[in-house]
Amino acid sequence: MADAVTLAEPLGMIGLRGDHGDERVRAAVVGLTGTAFPERLRIEGTSQRGVAWMSPDELLIFVPRSEVALAVDRLATDLAGLHHLVTDVSDMRVCVRIEGPDAREVLAKLSPADLHPDVFGPGLFRRSRLGQLAAAFWLEGEGARVICFRSVADYAVALLRQSAADGAVGHF
Amino acid sequence: MLTLTCPHCGVQADETELLPGGEAHLKRHGPGSSEEEFEGYLFHRQNPKGPHLERWRHAFGCGKWFLAARDTVTMQVFGTYPASLATPTDEIRRRAGVERPGWGFEPGVPGEPEAVE
Ligand SMILES: [Zn+2]
Repeated sequence: MADAVTLAEPLGMIGLRGDHGDERVRAAVVGLTGTAFPERLRIEGTSQRGVAWMSPDELLIFVPRSEVALAVDRLATDLAGLHHLVTDVSDMRVCVRIEGPDAREVLAKLSPADLHPDVFGPGLFRRSRLGQLAAAFWLEGEGARVICFRSVADYAVALLRQSAADGAVGHF
Repeated sequence: MLTLTCPHCGVQADETELLPGGEAHLKRHGPGSSEEEFEGYLFHRQNPKGPHLERWRHAFGCGKWFLAARDTVTMQVFGTYPASLATPTDEIRRRAGVERPGWGFEPGVPGEPEAVE
């Protein structure tokens, strides 16, 4: 059975730019997600409630879609007076679910990233390329999750489905 | 295949995850400069056969610009460093042999062609 590739239900996503070393930033994020603050290249929690490290000054926070407006307000209040940027980016990207034992290979066939289990384990959040798409992916549930821009969602799903249909190479 | 380690996020990025940005450490000549200086800033590049300092952007990743020292002939990578540095680190300079006589790297200024031996 090929891995199932489906478009996930709309996620709540908040982009936060700011100084990762600032105690107020860290406290605001941790207070919102209830997880640890993510180290470099990592995700804490899940796509339902969690936070991913996007770049040295950028985080992507996941909350249920219905809580986004409240969470944005809360972050803006917590970080008032501090140099930062909080944006509701829920409509910017879509999330694709890959469910099945071969999720790692479904991704690896499309990306130059090193996805060997020794390197790409649970909790790792890798921004890279899938075919021609900019995407980020991580292991979650019984497989993996991918986020990419909404404008290329159809292509992303078709691409991942093809990769899944072709089955595992058995490389890992 | 070229693999450069992004100094900002630590990812070992494949060449296809990166956007090339040309020669590094160019001195910008804007309003008030002479026409020769502006022409040099826009068009003159060293294009060396050997060690080269380049700008790269981790486009399919953290999105940050960084600089890399690499040999244009052998593709050997001597190291990468943040774009905020005005010169490569001492370690990278040593590895790239940038200090060696005759190479004469001066950022943004075309060097004399190396003598063919
Ligand atoms: Zn990077």
